[in-house]
Amino acid sequence: MTVQPVTPPVARGHNFGQPVIDTDIHCTVPSAQALFPYLSAHWREYISTSAFKGPVDTPYPSGAPTSALDGTRPADGGPPGSSLQLIREQVLDAWSVEIGILNCSYSVDGIAAPDTAAAMASAVNDWLIAEWLDKEPRLRATMLVPTRVPEMAAKEIERVGGHPGIVQVMLPVVAQALYGQRRWWPLFEAIERHNLVASFQFGGASGFPMTSSGWPSHYVEEYVDMAQVFQSQLLSIVSEGLLDKFPTLRLAMIESGWSWLPGFFWRFDKVWKGLRRETPWVKMLPSEYVKERMRFSLQPLDLPRDPVIVQQIFEQLDSDTLLMFSTDYPHWHFDTPEEALPVGLTEAQRARILYDNAASFYGFS
Amino acid sequence: MVVTLPRSSADRRQTKYPIIDGDIHPTLKSPRALDKYFLTDEWRQYHQSIGGRGFTGTSVPRTYPNAARVDAYPPNGGPAGSDLDFMRLQLLDAWDMEYGILQPLMGAASVRNLEYGAALSSAINEWQIAEWLIPEPRLRSGLVVPYEDGPMSVAEIERRGSYPGFVQLMMAMRTSEPLGRPKYWPIYEAAEARGLPLGIHVGGGGGVPTSGAGWPSYYIEDHTGQSTAFHTQVSSFIFEGIFERFPKLKVVLIEGGFAWVPSLAWRMDAAWSKLRGEVPKLQRKPSEYFAEHFWLTTQPMEEPPVPHQFVQLLEQAPWLQDKLMFATDYPHWDFDAPDACLPDVELPDGFEEKLMVGNARKLYRLPARIERTHA
Repeated sequence: MTVQPVTPPVARGHNFGQPVIDTDIHCTVPSAQALFPYLSAHWREYISTSAFKGPVDTPYPSGAPTSALDGTRPADGGPPGSSLQLIREQVLDAWSVEIGILNCSYSVDGIAAPDTAAAMASAVNDWLIAEWLDKEPRLRATMLVPTRVPEMAAKEIERVGGHPGIVQVMLPVVAQALYGQRRWWPLFEAIERHNLVASFQFGGASGFPMTSSGWPSHYVEEYVDMAQVFQSQLLSIVSEGLLDKFPTLRLAMIESGWSWLPGFFWRFDKVWKGLRRETPWVKMLPSEYVKERMRFSLQPLDLPRDPVIVQQIFEQLDSDTLLMFSTDYPHWHFDTPEEALPVGLTEAQRARILYDNAASFYGFS
Repeated sequence: MVVTLPRSSADRRQTKYPIIDGDIHPTLKSPRALDKYFLTDEWRQYHQSIGGRGFTGTSVPRTYPNAARVDAYPPNGGPAGSDLDFMRLQLLDAWDMEYGILQPLMGAASVRNLEYGAALSSAINEWQIAEWLIPEPRLRSGLVVPYEDGPMSVAEIERRGSYPGFVQLMMAMRTSEPLGRPKYWPIYEAAEARGLPLGIHVGGGGGVPTSGAGWPSYYIEDHTGQSTAFHTQVSSFIFEGIFERFPKLKVVLIEGGFAWVPSLAWRMDAAWSKLRGEVPKLQRKPSEYFAEHFWLTTQPMEEPPVPHQFVQLLEQAPWLQDKLMFATDYPHWDFDAPDACLPDVELPDGFEEKLMVGNARKLYRLPARIERTHA
């Protein structure tokens, strides 16, 4: 049997006739050496002479068709997402982006040694500020933290969380523990105090299996199964009372998919009615916590291009504020730029997704 | 909707169609009630002395003892689900059931000593035959197999898989590896050869955390998250090419609900459209394997706040109309009653009868019973 090669299309933009906020643009650290200006002499020497050259894990294998659109590799040979100039051309200009949020999936959460993880996270944050935010006013960024030690993560938020370009904190969904649990509360306390968003993102390198039945064989399974890790995190966040403990905390689910939300709401709300005495601090229907405090990036769409189904899902969500536009550049989710939005949106839904929902959630004015 | 179970044989409930209940839990009358069914003294002694050692530190206590409804405890004082006469009164007779499919939850494959797990499986199967299937002709069950080991499972299928009361294999959903992985293939080969569907019930435990981010703290997370564990198993079965290897294999997903089916199908298709080079064995879209090879029992039925959204679900995955099978989960706390489970909305023509009885008759090859005790 022959398999048709599947190759991603060329990166192209689209003018929606209005400015947009892109909540998911991936920028990439090209190499550990690129971080040297932001590392102390100790870590520069350590990286130069030891086997450690930065984290080895990635949620986006470089050869997978989903990982990079055609034409996104910079001329200097660096990885897709490593050139500010290309991101200006292929995202900010091409999609009329007024504000774009950079997500850097440098897997510091996969580094077991806590001081190393903290040093690398700090270096990436300083690199983001100096080489991206200071140079391009349309960009904002998600800061990295050494998640395995929440107190160290909180300290990093104290250090750079006040920078005006830093809007949220990267929390890979595959983690060593569910994020609602009390061990994480020092981290969320710092996030809330700095008026940042807790941003749950696709991927994570915890060292533990990412499904409830162990490690899957294929990347395509890992990709599909990631949605259920987001669901586990939602169960934890609501059930543990994280949102009651931190009443102004906001959470963004990035690259989670969202067409699974209606069925998830129905199930969680029903079970809560039967079991709520176990978690008496949960005061509202679980779906109400999600709608009040969480937002979801648009890609991947994971639903057919059928306007009837799209409107059914919106009706079932019973909310038009949950979704925020994203290109997920340089990843491949859609073949033509028109397919970047669900088909058959009303004018009001379209405007909210493209701009208004993210503007009000992140407080962009 | 909250329904109180009958406490007297005069309490009969009206139903529009005959009912096949796809998920009934029988339990032991006492902890030692299984001892006499062990096939060897050696394993009987092991069962009495060490018994099942699972994975420690992973328990989230249930909100209700044994997950049971408070009105399902038999008057003779035994655990809920342990008294056949009372089960007849509360369930089989009360709703005039045509058949009920048993799911004994005893964790035979969630023990670390798998040889003991195999001996335990045999004992459970002998207990099912002697105390449930022979005395009550309306009951059928799943053959319990120690599914974490292929050859031992095949041995149990060869030993007892031909007993006519067993209409499927009984496995659990949380396994030590995703179920498409090669270690499980001998089971599928034997099941396919005998035409036995795989009945996969929620629960189990393969020694790995029940979420992609470790263990939850609360039962509500464990319980609500059960359905998400089915997503892993469905994607594993499909992307590993199990239905190309075993084209007649049928899989029944029990007690995981079904509102998640359309979005999982869409997500698998979207991912496969780009990543299919990694899984060249697949000849069709993932959603087509899903529609052809999977059945689902309904309980705990998702309840959209607006009843017609239930119909939208059936429009989004029309094949569900031929694959959903009603189940009560008796005697557990989240029991769905046959006459109170469906939303108050016009359902597609013929769907309710297929859901209540038709789909299960067809899958399990159960003849329609002519005489109904009441109509």
